[in-house]
Amino acid sequence: MHVGLEHYLVVSALLFSLGLLGVLARRNVLVMYMSLELMLNAANLALVAFSRFNNNLNGQVMVFFIITVAAAEVSVGLALIVALYRKRQTAHVEDLTAMKL
Amino acid sequence: MPHLPDIFFYVFAALTLLCGFLVVVNPFSRSPVTSAMFLVLTIISMAGLFVLLHAFFLAAVQILVYAGAVIVLFLFVIMLLDLKEEQRRKLKTFSLAAGVISVGAIAGLTVKAILDSGPGKGLPAPTVEGATAPLGKLLFTQFLLPFEIVSVLLLVAMVGVILLSKKDLK
Amino acid sequence: MSLLPWLILFLPLAGAVGITLFTQRDRDLSAKISIAAVWLSFFFSGLLCLFTSGTFKDAGLSAEWLTVGDLVVDFGFIIDPLSSLMLFIVTGVGGLIHIYSYGYMHEDRAVSRFFASLSLFTFAMLGVVLANNLLMMFIFWELVGVSSYLLIGFWYEKESAADAAKKAFITNRLGDFGFILGIILVWATLGGLNFSVLKETLAKNPGAMGGLATAAGLLLFCGAMGKSAQFPLHVWLPDAMEGPTPVSALIHAATMVAAGVYMLCRVFFLLDVPGSHAQLGYMVMAVGLAAPGAAMFHLATHAFFKALLFLGAGSVIHALHHEQDIWKMGGLKSKLPTTYRTFLIGTLALCGVPPLSGFYSKDGILAAASPSGSHPNPFLFILVVGVAALTAFYMARLFLVAFLGKAKDHCVDHAHESPGVMIWPLRILGTLSVIAGFMGLEQMLGRFFGDEHAHSLGYIAQLFAPFGHAPLAAFFGLFATVLGFSVAYALYANASTDPLPAKLGFLARAMRDRFYFDEIYTGLIRLTHEAISYVASWIDRWLVAGLVVRGTHGTTELFGRALRLVQTGNLQTYAFLLVLGVALLLFIILK
Repeated sequence: MHVGLEHYLVVSALLFSLGLLGVLARRNVLVMYMSLELMLNAANLALVAFSRFNNNLNGQVMVFFIITVAAAEVSVGLALIVALYRKRQTAHVEDLTAMKL
Repeated sequence: MPHLPDIFFYVFAALTLLCGFLVVVNPFSRSPVTSAMFLVLTIISMAGLFVLLHAFFLAAVQILVYAGAVIVLFLFVIMLLDLKEEQRRKLKTFSLAAGVISVGAIAGLTVKAILDSGPGKGLPAPTVEGATAPLGKLLFTQFLLPFEIVSVLLLVAMVGVILLSKKDLK
Repeated sequence: MSLLPWLILFLPLAGAVGITLFTQRDRDLSAKISIAAVWLSFFFSGLLCLFTSGTFKDAGLSAEWLTVGDLVVDFGFIIDPLSSLMLFIVTGVGGLIHIYSYGYMHEDRAVSRFFASLSLFTFAMLGVVLANNLLMMFIFWELVGVSSYLLIGFWYEKESAADAAKKAFITNRLGDFGFILGIILVWATLGGLNFSVLKETLAKNPGAMGGLATAAGLLLFCGAMGKSAQFPLHVWLPDAMEGPTPVSALIHAATMVAAGVYMLCRVFFLLDVPGSHAQLGYMVMAVGLAAPGAAMFHLATHAFFKALLFLGAGSVIHALHHEQDIWKMGGLKSKLPTTYRTFLIGTLALCGVPPLSGFYSKDGILAAASPSGSHPNPFLFILVVGVAALTAFYMARLFLVAFLGKAKDHCVDHAHESPGVMIWPLRILGTLSVIAGFMGLEQMLGRFFGDEHAHSLGYIAQLFAPFGHAPLAAFFGLFATVLGFSVAYALYANASTDPLPAKLGFLARAMRDRFYFDEIYTGLIRLTHEAISYVASWIDRWLVAGLVVRGTHGTTELFGRALRLVQTGNLQTYAFLLVLGVALLLFIILK
């Protein structure tokens, strides 16, 4: 059986789920962030596969933009984490419960 | 006798998933540094998958931006914060189980849907190459406006990061 | 020409507004503005009468005022002998009272407010008189209530005056409630409110009101009852004496009480339906006896001599520095000669002594009820004769005690005649009281109400007319008067205290307490009030506060408490819930 679109999509879905699990299960904010990156990459993989499947480059352009946005997002997010750590001396998500009344 | 690219696909896919799994769940270490290193491996093997999909430019960008910049940034922050190993707190079994079940449900549902949608026929023969030149042409013609907007976004992010990193953040 | 009614109506209002807004400080000017306004109205009424010469004119004088669905309400005037006569009474007698008040109220601090209220009252009364439809009449009717409230409660610092004003207003409201129900009923059955339209409708189809005629009549009558202070809504009238005496004159004699009778005469054609007479007859006799001409005639003469009597009494009170107890007076004949003479005329007129006006007008009503009259009714006839005797008795008593005999208190010693502004209205009203009986008013009104027997007589013939066409009535009227006078003379000729209470015993006490009407009403109101408030409190406590308010807040709080458990503040809980939602959504879509 030739490797087709669905193979890539399955890999993408599994990778996405792994990232989701990381966000849900890990307590370190940094590791949660890395899991988020995994999820973004899973989406990228799906998009590139679609692009190849349709034989045009629009999907790849989309991925290019996603990578750019992700880079911006990572820098801002990490800056936030650093600022948060300075204030609260912790990177554990369970200690960050300011949203609770 | 399977194709050579197909064999590569399985290899890279297995590597990606394995490394991704180790980023999230590492039975041996809870250090964020380990997670970061496995993330690098995940990204590199994914770049391999990109190459298999004829997205050469993106494969290069993936490695340059993610492995070269993003992960380095992560490591810097880890060192800056001097994070100790994630303490092995008592896991909330209920919430963990709930998380695994719901994530598994999503994964299962998606995969089943994908596989149900149609038998694999393989990919059509490539007519466009995801090389630098065609992609660049597309970016500077059809997607010029989003491209410029993204550049502004980067600028904003830069300014925001500098502001956030100031010591006397009010 | 068509401007005249507008001028007549709105001059007093302009006066009231002008006084209130601009001349509050200048008491003298305020009084003069008010007096000028009412006399200008009088003058224009004269002009109007001259131009229309008593012919019925309604068209061209109205403007469409509001339209609700198929109901069109005009703001228009009705000019006929009836309203012309009332115009003269309201502006004429009212004007005299204005002038009189100028003297009477001279020393009061709030003269401006008084005259503003007087002008407003005049405006309201003129509105009632000129209104060409029931709704407009009702609005001005209410305005009369408001302005009478202002006037009766003029000395509002006095608690009794404030209470009396409230009492008058509330009692009137009771009647007005019936009035507006009646108006609605008339509108619902006849589909219009204009008097002329209503008249036409009824002329075409006398049975248009059907069985509701009696109900509508009674309800309209209810309104008249409040304003005219008829039993059982009479309780406000005695208390209304708390206002300044000119106000009493205005309310009693000239206008307000007359408004009720006028209204009944105006809507007489509505009531002129077989079956409704019997009920109404016992209440406002003359109208009930289908003799509105006689009723209006009596109203006019009554306005003259009743106003005369009140103003005379006011003059006495003024002279004695607000002493109101007649048992402290006596011998005023020599001290206040003019007041004495005019008061005598008023008394005789009220008691129905010929040839003064009261005799003729009262005779008209008596004649209608007498066995040979248009609506023979022996019971009513005897009742009227009895009332006439009582009237003669109490007036003679008042007169004998206050004016004749010896002075019973030293306050009389310093009494001196009132100034000219107060005396001249008395003289004019006295003259009118004498001559009003044979001026021909009766015939004019009779023609208006379609009495074909009415015809003009010479003045001399007029003098003796009552003896001619209804000798029985005339005789009994005179008999009653003489009877009243003699009894009063026998009891009070030289009395220094009132001998009657001792003789009547319980009856006297009951009379002094006004037959306990106030007490009965207070008790009734308290009972209903408590019953209603008990129900209201139950509803409020258990349904509103219990079920609605507490139920709502309880449910909300319960849900709030439940939902608060979800808000852990833990980021991952939220993420988990989000994922759960996504999983559910995917399950539904992909399945």
